[in-house]
Amino acid sequence: MAKEMLKGNIAIAEAAVRAGVEAYFGYPITPQTELLEHMSRRMVELQRVFLQAESEVAAINMVYGAACTGVRVMTSSSSPGFSLMQEGLSYIAGSDLPCVVVDVMRGGPGLGNILPSQGDYFQITRSAGHGDYHPIVLAPSSVQEAIDLTTLAFDLADQYRHIVIVAADGLIGQMMEPAELPPMQSVRTNRPDWALTGADGRQPNSIASFYLKAEEEEAFNQKIQNRLHEIRDAEQRFIEYYTDDCELLVVGYGSAGRIALSAVETARDNGMKVGLFRPLTLWPFPEKRLSELTDMVGACLVVEMSAGQMIEDVRLATGGQIPVGFYGRMGGVIPMPDEILQAITTHCRQLKHCEGAFTPLERVNS
Amino acid sequence: MQTEFIFAGFGGQGIMFAGQVLAYAGMDAGLESTWIPSYGPEMRGGTANCCVVLADRPIGSPVVRNPQVAVVFNNPSFEKYESNVATGGLLVYNSSLITLSPTRDTVEFLPVPASAIADELGSMRLTNMVMLGAAISSRPVLALEDIKHALEEHLPAHRRDLLQANFKALERGMECAVKPLLTR
Repeated sequence: MAKEMLKGNIAIAEAAVRAGVEAYFGYPITPQTELLEHMSRRMVELQRVFLQAESEVAAINMVYGAACTGVRVMTSSSSPGFSLMQEGLSYIAGSDLPCVVVDVMRGGPGLGNILPSQGDYFQITRSAGHGDYHPIVLAPSSVQEAIDLTTLAFDLADQYRHIVIVAADGLIGQMMEPAELPPMQSVRTNRPDWALTGADGRQPNSIASFYLKAEEEEAFNQKIQNRLHEIRDAEQRFIEYYTDDCELLVVGYGSAGRIALSAVETARDNGMKVGLFRPLTLWPFPEKRLSELTDMVGACLVVEMSAGQMIEDVRLATGGQIPVGFYGRMGGVIPMPDEILQAITTHCRQLKHCEGAFTPLERVNS
Repeated sequence: MQTEFIFAGFGGQGIMFAGQVLAYAGMDAGLESTWIPSYGPEMRGGTANCCVVLADRPIGSPVVRNPQVAVVFNNPSFEKYESNVATGGLLVYNSSLITLSPTRDTVEFLPVPASAIADELGSMRLTNMVMLGAAISSRPVLALEDIKHALEEHLPAHRRDLLQANFKALERGMECAVKPLLTR
C-alpha cells in the first residue's frame, strides 16, 4: 500500500472496514459525519451492516445488541452525541461486551460548537457511563495514528472483551495528510463461545447487566476490576521525544500533543532542554513511564485543548514530586505552536530561577 | 522549512480542490503535507477556506493563524486575510473580482486577473488553477511539474478531459507572477 492523502474521519472508517467490522450504527454529527458517510457506502458495498439510527441513544443500543452476537461492531459520534450514548455504554460494560466507539470531540459543554476540543477527557476516561469501570481509550495525533489505533481498538476490544474508545478531535477528523491503510482483513467467521448465536445444539448463553444480589454484583465488579488491573499492567502506551536530557517535560495527547511537538522542536533549536511525553492510551494512562521520567526532569508542562483534565493524571503519576504547569485553550480554540513555546519559555525560566531545587540528585538525597 | 498557505473564496470557486492539489503535490515531492478545510462558523460568512502546510519536518498544527501565503478569490476573503498574512508574506488576489486595494506595506501583493484568464481559456472553473500557478511561482516551494503531476494523479475521473486546460491555466498563472510584485 502506498501513502495517500486521507481525511482523518474517512481513514478511521476505512481502517475499521479493513479490521473486519461487521456492523456500524450511527447518527450524523459534525465534525464526525464523513466517517458515517464513508461507512454508508463501504459497508453496503461489502454487504455488511450499515444503519443510520434515529438517534445516538438508538445507535449505541444497536451496538449493544450486535455485540451480544459476537461480531466486530462500532459506532462513532462527537461530544453531544457521545453524551447521549452514556447509558448504553454502561450497559455494554455491565454485560462484558466488546465494541469500538469513536468520539471526534468538539467544543462544549452543551451543544457547544463544532470546532476541535479535548473537553471530553474526564467523561471518556473515568467511566463513560455510570458504574465502576473504565473503557480503554486511545488518542491519535495524526491520520496515520488514527488508522493504526482504530485497528488496535478492535483487537483490544476482542482480547479483553471490553469497550475501546478512540478519542480524536475535530482537527484529526477534518484534516487530510499522507497515511497508509493496512491490507483488508477477512471478516471473522467464528464467534466467541459466550456469543448469542441461536443455541442450536448447545446450552443457551445469557447476557445481562443485572445482578440483584449485592454479593453477585460485587463478584461481577471484581471480575471487571481484575481485568482492568491486567489492562493497566499490559497496555500503557505512549511516545516520547527528546527525553534523554530534558529538564522540562511537556505532556500532551492528540492534536495538542502534535502541536506541542512543533513548539518543543523550536525550543530545542533555541537550546532549551525540553522533551515531550505523548500518551497514546488515555486509559490506562501511561503512569509507569511518566513516574520514571519524574525522577529525571525538573518540571512538567501539560498542554490540552481544555481547561485541564489530563493534568490530574499527570499530577497522580508525578506524585507531587515536581511542579506541574498548564497551558490550555478551550471552546474550540486551537493552541498555536508560538503560544505553547511562550509557555515553555516561561516554565524554563522558572526552572532556571530554581536551579538546583529540582535536580534529580537533590531529590534523591532529601 | 515550513510554508503555510491559505486559500479563500466563495464556495464553488474550487478553493478546496486548489488546496488539495497543492497538498498532494507536496506529498508526492516527499514533503510533510497537511490540508484542512474551514468547517466552522467562518464558513457562513461568505468565505470558504482551507489551509495547506508543507514542511520538511512533522507538521504541528494544520490550522494556520498567520500564513506566509494567502490566495484569495473574493472581496470578503481579501478583507479577512490581508490582515492575517505573516509579515513579509504574500497575498495573491483575483483582481478580476476583487475591487479592494492593498493597505499593508509589510506584505507583498500579487494581483492576478484569474477569472478573466479562466474565461479566456474557456471555463471559469479554471480560475483556481490560474491562482495556484501564480502562487507557486512566487513562492517556489514546489515546481510546476510537481503540481501538474498531482493534477494528473488526482483530478477526478469525470474531469480528466480538463487536464490539458488545467495545465494551461497553471502556466498562465505562472506568467502573471513574472511581473514585479506590487508593494504598497
